[in-house]
Amino acid sequence: MTAPTTTPTTALSDGWTYAPAPESAAVAAVKDRYLPFVDGTFVEGHGDDAETFNPGTAEVLATVSQSTSADVDTAVAAARRAYEDVWSPMSGAERGRYLFRIARGLAERARELAVLECLDNGKPIRETRDFDVPTAAQHFFYHAGWADKLGHLGLGPSPRSLGVAAQVIPWNFPLLMAAWKIAPALAAGNTVVIKPAETTPLSVLVLAEVMADAGLPPGVVNVVTGAGDVGAALVNHPGVDKVAFTGSTAVGRGIQHSLAGTGRRVTLELGGKGANIVFDDAALDQAVEGIVTGIFFNAGQVCCAGSRLLVQEPVAEELLAKLEARAQTLRVGDPLDKNTDVGAINSPRQKAKIDELVAAGSGEGAHVWRSSCPVPERGWYVSPTILTDVAGSSRVVREEIFGPVLTVETFRTPDEAVAKANNTPYGLSAGVWTEKGSRAMAMAGALRAGVIWDNTFNRFDPAAAFGGFKESGFGREGGPSGMAAYLEEQS
Amino acid sequence: MSGGESRLGVPKTYKLYVGGAFPRSESGRTYVVRDAAGGFWANAALASRKDVRDAVVAARKGFRSWSRATPYNRGQVVYRIAEMLDGRRSDLVELLVTGGATRAAAVTEVDASVDRLVHHAGWTDKLGAVFGSTNPVSAPYFSYSAPEPTGVVGVLAPTGSPLLGLVSVLAPVLATGNAAVVVAAQPDACVAVTFAEVLATSDVPAGAVNVLTGSVAELAPVLAAHGDVDALDLTGAPADLRADLERAASDTVKRVYVPRGTLDFTAEPGLGRLRAFLETKTVWHPTGALSMSGGGGY
Repeated sequence: MTAPTTTPTTALSDGWTYAPAPESAAVAAVKDRYLPFVDGTFVEGHGDDAETFNPGTAEVLATVSQSTSADVDTAVAAARRAYEDVWSPMSGAERGRYLFRIARGLAERARELAVLECLDNGKPIRETRDFDVPTAAQHFFYHAGWADKLGHLGLGPSPRSLGVAAQVIPWNFPLLMAAWKIAPALAAGNTVVIKPAETTPLSVLVLAEVMADAGLPPGVVNVVTGAGDVGAALVNHPGVDKVAFTGSTAVGRGIQHSLAGTGRRVTLELGGKGANIVFDDAALDQAVEGIVTGIFFNAGQVCCAGSRLLVQEPVAEELLAKLEARAQTLRVGDPLDKNTDVGAINSPRQKAKIDELVAAGSGEGAHVWRSSCPVPERGWYVSPTILTDVAGSSRVVREEIFGPVLTVETFRTPDEAVAKANNTPYGLSAGVWTEKGSRAMAMAGALRAGVIWDNTFNRFDPAAAFGGFKESGFGREGGPSGMAAYLEEQS
Repeated sequence: MSGGESRLGVPKTYKLYVGGAFPRSESGRTYVVRDAAGGFWANAALASRKDVRDAVVAARKGFRSWSRATPYNRGQVVYRIAEMLDGRRSDLVELLVTGGATRAAAVTEVDASVDRLVHHAGWTDKLGAVFGSTNPVSAPYFSYSAPEPTGVVGVLAPTGSPLLGLVSVLAPVLATGNAAVVVAAQPDACVAVTFAEVLATSDVPAGAVNVLTGSVAELAPVLAAHGDVDALDLTGAPADLRADLERAASDTVKRVYVPRGTLDFTAEPGLGRLRAFLETKTVWHPTGALSMSGGGGY
């Protein structure tokens, strides 16, 4: 396939300049220093302080006291006490009331949290404001309602909670991932020790404030801070009954390996390399929007990103031209600017990984298209990137890039599309674009992935189960099957 | 037949069951299966690591046809296994007695095995109703979550319950649409291979079930580490092997089922084994032209 070169201009940009519309950073009320949350209070960790950065400016945002493995011991012990003494004996209805209060508390502090998440993670304010924070609140609200209905989950009349849940979450949706993990665990009657990623701890620590303000009993949720060593101490802690991890397949594999033979329950939500498949009858303009959502939402730092575009040959050239023109209109830059479509990359480490993989793609013969949208001089940014002339065996097609980088391949028949889409060890997501309902359903059946989006992409809801096939992990989050991950069947 | 000359029997050669056929081990190896009194009972194939790999290839092929069969058809096939097993009840009772069971216990075990298959025959077209859902999402989409088979499941059959144990671990794997590579309990090879003959005459697609006999310690690590095995049932794993097998399984993020508590195959089977080998697939579809169908957030 030859990559058509386009001169990306749009009517919108001709003669118009964007005026920045920045949200006020002061709304986040960022403190100089944050502390881990253990047994109901914010306490000093025993590790050396670490700094968390604003990826939009590459400046230090705050200092965070770091936990040690001894602090993990303390947190697990607090969670155990809270489980035995308070949370597990409590009625489901009462537990639900706490969760409803947390949902409300999140909504009340939504603007502050949206700005804080934007500053700490680097994603655009438009996403934190319209997606991350409201969806996090919705997760608590949804799961609150399950707390007194556990007997209706198909796990017997009175399913049993598991005990203390150790939860390790990634940096790409810090607050939302915390909500995904904490809400079902608490609704089911478990207590929690959670570790946010070392580059994005702040919103989870504000969530701890919200939970404390909601009157959640001490020890029911504990937040420890730190990097992979603290996470390893947590998931391997003998006092833990359940481990839930979201992150890379490499780390997930390591967790499964280290927990072998312990009998501890594990759910893993890992990497992906989602195919986004466009048939020649698709509504191409809608498909372009969906492709953009699929790969440039959160700058592609999404495990279920639609990172492999598969286009049916007859429309490949037309679609690619439209896509490049559309991608050129995306505003890349200051995450706090309400105009911004694509924000910053979370860390220099992640940016280096993306750059390395794009260079590898280029080295393997890919044609590299890049948006010419200027990016700020400071901060960690990667412009929207589209790689054509890629081979199915190339690294950029095989490996998860976790950035705003799309590969484009073509296919002729639906069977070829399925074969290419499924030709990966991952199995998290896939998209299908066609106006033909029967073909959409047939594709949905044939794709080996946990979430299939027909004529849409990157849709999430607490009522809809999310999780992977194959090496994208096991266990579900959301819906009844998400609750099952925190309960034991009782006949 | 002339009087006084007793007819010499035609004893069966117990072979593997792979891809719908009964091959010997490619290694040519056999081992002696002994009866309850410790006497010679039969020679069974001592499967090799290569036999495991061949069985996985066969299972992947079998998975394609079995997972695509309609739920009604799968139910009928599982029911057919029950029918065929019922037809061979006297053979199996004799084998269980030879292996050391009392006649009464053997009859009970065969009856329970037939019943367990009938139970699972009724599951195939109800999995979606029990494990699936329509999802009331707060956006203009029809969203549903439906269970799908995981793929190729490596099953280590338990010891101590030669037929009922084997049927109890295999039936849920089959009923959910998965393909199985079963490593039979080493002392129970005669029962396992006879049950494989039941499978072979029950319209189970070739490769959907494969039965290997031999050393669990030799075969299980190969199965656990195999890249084209999606899940493991460690019910029959020796305690000293279990952690190693789980570690090997982690390399390709396999789903691993380890039963909790004491095994009681006479109890109601419950949902645990069905759930263990099902994936949940969530599908989102826009609802109608009046909505912002197909559009993203941009």
